[in-house]
Parts: sequence; structure tokens; C-alpha cells
Amino acid sequence: MAEIDNKDLIEYLLRLGDSTLVLGQRLAEWCGHAPAIEEDIALTNTALDLIGQARQLLSYAGELEGSGRDEDALAFLRDELEFHNLTLTELEGGDFGRTVLRMLLFAAYQVVLWQVLLRSTDARLAAIAEKSLKESRYHLRYGADWIVRLGDGTEESHRRMQAALEYMWSFTAELFDRDEVEARLAGVVPSSDSLRSAWEGIVLPVLAAATLQVPTVAGYLSRGKYGIHSEALGPLLAEMQFLQRAYPGGNW
Amino acid sequence: MLTIAQAWAVLHQVPDPEIPVLSLCDLGIVRDIRRNGDDLQVTLTPTYSGCPATEVIEASVRDALAAAGAGPVRLSTQLSPAWTTDWISEEGRRKLREYGIAPPEHRAETTEDGWQILHFTPLHPACPHCGSKHSERLSQFGATACKALYRCQDCREPFEYFKPI
Repeated sequence: MAEIDNKDLIEYLLRLGDSTLVLGQRLAEWCGHAPAIEEDIALTNTALDLIGQARQLLSYAGELEGSGRDEDALAFLRDELEFHNLTLTELEGGDFGRTVLRMLLFAAYQVVLWQVLLRSTDARLAAIAEKSLKESRYHLRYGADWIVRLGDGTEESHRRMQAALEYMWSFTAELFDRDEVEARLAGVVPSSDSLRSAWEGIVLPVLAAATLQVPTVAGYLSRGKYGIHSEALGPLLAEMQFLQRAYPGGNW
Repeated sequence: MLTIAQAWAVLHQVPDPEIPVLSLCDLGIVRDIRRNGDDLQVTLTPTYSGCPATEVIEASVRDALAAAGAGPVRLSTQLSPAWTTDWISEEGRRKLREYGIAPPEHRAETTEDGWQILHFTPLHPACPHCGSKHSERLSQFGATACKALYRCQDCREPFEYFKPI
């Protein structure tokens, strides 16, 4: 097998680690605000899992980089353009419907991806995948449960779930957009386009059971993983990074 | 200098910070203890990636071993094989029940085989207070990610269920 370039692996780890970190931050915003305490706890527990996964991925990226940046430096001291998360994960959470819909879309993507990464030739990435898969399955069930309840619920809840789907769906194309980084990492990571059919196999039956109509979108492709973000990421980072920016090296 | 067996005996007495009736060994998160020259090498595995107790656990392992006179201790974290509730000991399951937490009812492997996203049948774990199977799930997540919230429909007591993972 051809030698892989660490730069490519670092880039891939940042895409994945930033996506889990940013979505973890979005879900953590619900702390104290969810419609019921059980949901508050579920959303924040999911946030914790995602942030835990991000820690593993970013630590690994920092070690490969070898310039002394650890998980904290990567999370708190990089600017917007250096974040390579999928745009889907940074969008404003909006209402509860939009929040649980994104959980479903992203958890399904993670489950499919972890299942392939389990067999990665990179032992450390495979171990992270093995650990995370178990967690992502619980997130997926939680999301799916709510999509069906709300989509197939009242007129109002159906209307709002459908609106959430119209809003989020066009950002899913990026999940399956492959590029040269992945191509050079063949064997270590899957090609993103190869994940689509398994992802649809999970997501479409849930949407159908929820009586939701899958929107037709024409060709829009978000570019978060190349550092080209929506306007939503800046304010999220400002909130997440405030403490380390205002009090560098602050520790407790 | 502690022997390996003595070190295990020490960690059998160290409580999990979230569920203090269980020792770290009951929970199955101490994966290995070995000697590496003068160092005692202890390998731990986290329950969940985001488990907020991880750092407290590491500190309590260090403290307990230091108090027992272990000398230099090196801790390492191992993610694979991933922790599973199957590693909770029989003793641990009994202690959980007595504490008011229903232990996992089946092996995590069987959950994986019968894994379904929709229409998965939530189990009806036996209430740890009265033993009734007439229970209903309130939430997939409890006070910690590793537990779900249930209610017994007979004795009416709420209880937590340790999810198979």
C-alpha cells in the first residue's frame, strides 16, 4: 500500500472532529431550554458524547501535526476559516424539530461512517470508530423516535417538521461529496460518495414513517469542510471560544 | 512494592464516582494492570466517549494506589475493544439492583444483532424496587448517558435502567 501523507489524515480528522465538536456545541445550547427535562438531558448527553468523540479525533490530529497543539488549542484557538466541519452541523438549531432532525441526519451519517472506519488500516481511527458507533446508534434512535412522533403527529408538528426538512436537506449533499484528500487516504477512510446508499437506507424509511416529503434540490453544495462557512459558525465560535480568548490558558 | 494481585485488590475498593456502589472493577473499566520496571502500568477504558467522570476516575486510581504504597503509576486509556455493559460483573449487577438501578437485561451483542432504528421494542426491565416487569420508559437518557429513565407501573416508583451498550 502506498504511504499515506499525514497532512491528509490530519485534514480528514479535522473535518470529522470539527463536525462532532460544532454539533456538540449546538446541542449543548439546549441545556436548560429543552421542552421537557427528559429532552434537556437527552440533548446534553448527546452533546457530551459528541464532544468526547471530538476530543479523541482532535487529540489525534494534534499529535500527528506535532507542533504542540492539543485538543484544546485546536478547539479554542482556531479561527472560523480553519474549522473544517460540515456546514450541516453549524446551522442554527432553530426549533426542537430542526434540532432532532439534524440529529437524525448526522447520527445516520456517523453510524454508516463508523461502520466502515471500524475496519480502517489506521488502528487508532478504527478504535475511535468502534467506541463511537455504540453511542451514535443511541443518538440515531433518539432522533428517529422524535421525527416520527412529530412528523406523524399534529398538523402543526407535521408542518414544522416538513419545514425543518426543507431547510436542512440541501446541506446533506456535502456529506457525500468526495475529494482528493479521501482518494489519497484510500483504505484508511472510505470515499464519502460510497456512504450515501447506506445512509439513505436508514434515513428514508424514517422520513416515510414520519409522513414527510423528501424535498427535491438542484445541485447546491455547501463547502464547510473546505473552511467556507455559513454566517452561523462565527457567532457559535465566539460563544464557544470566549473564555480561552479572553483569559488565555485559563484553567480550573 | 505492590504485587499485581494487590493492585487489583486496591482497585476493587475504588468506587465509581457516578455510581459509588460499584467499584471500578465491578464496572469493568480497569482493563489491565502490569509491571513495567518500577512502574505500575494501569490500562483504563472509558464507558462513554464523553463520560465526565473520566478525569475523576483517573485521579482516584492514582490516589488509591499511592495510598497503598504502589510507587510510580502510569495510566493509559484504551478504546478498543470498546467498553460494553457485558463486562459489568455479576456482583456489580446485584449491587446495582440493590442501589435502585436496573442492570442491563441482556447482552449488548444481542442488541447489536437485533439492531433496529424504528419500532425497536423498548424492553420492560424489572423494577429494582418491587421486581415487577410492568415498567415503561420515560426517556432514553437518564442523569448520565449510560442510563435510561423508567417508571414502574405497579409500585409507581421511577427508576434508572443501565442501558446495554
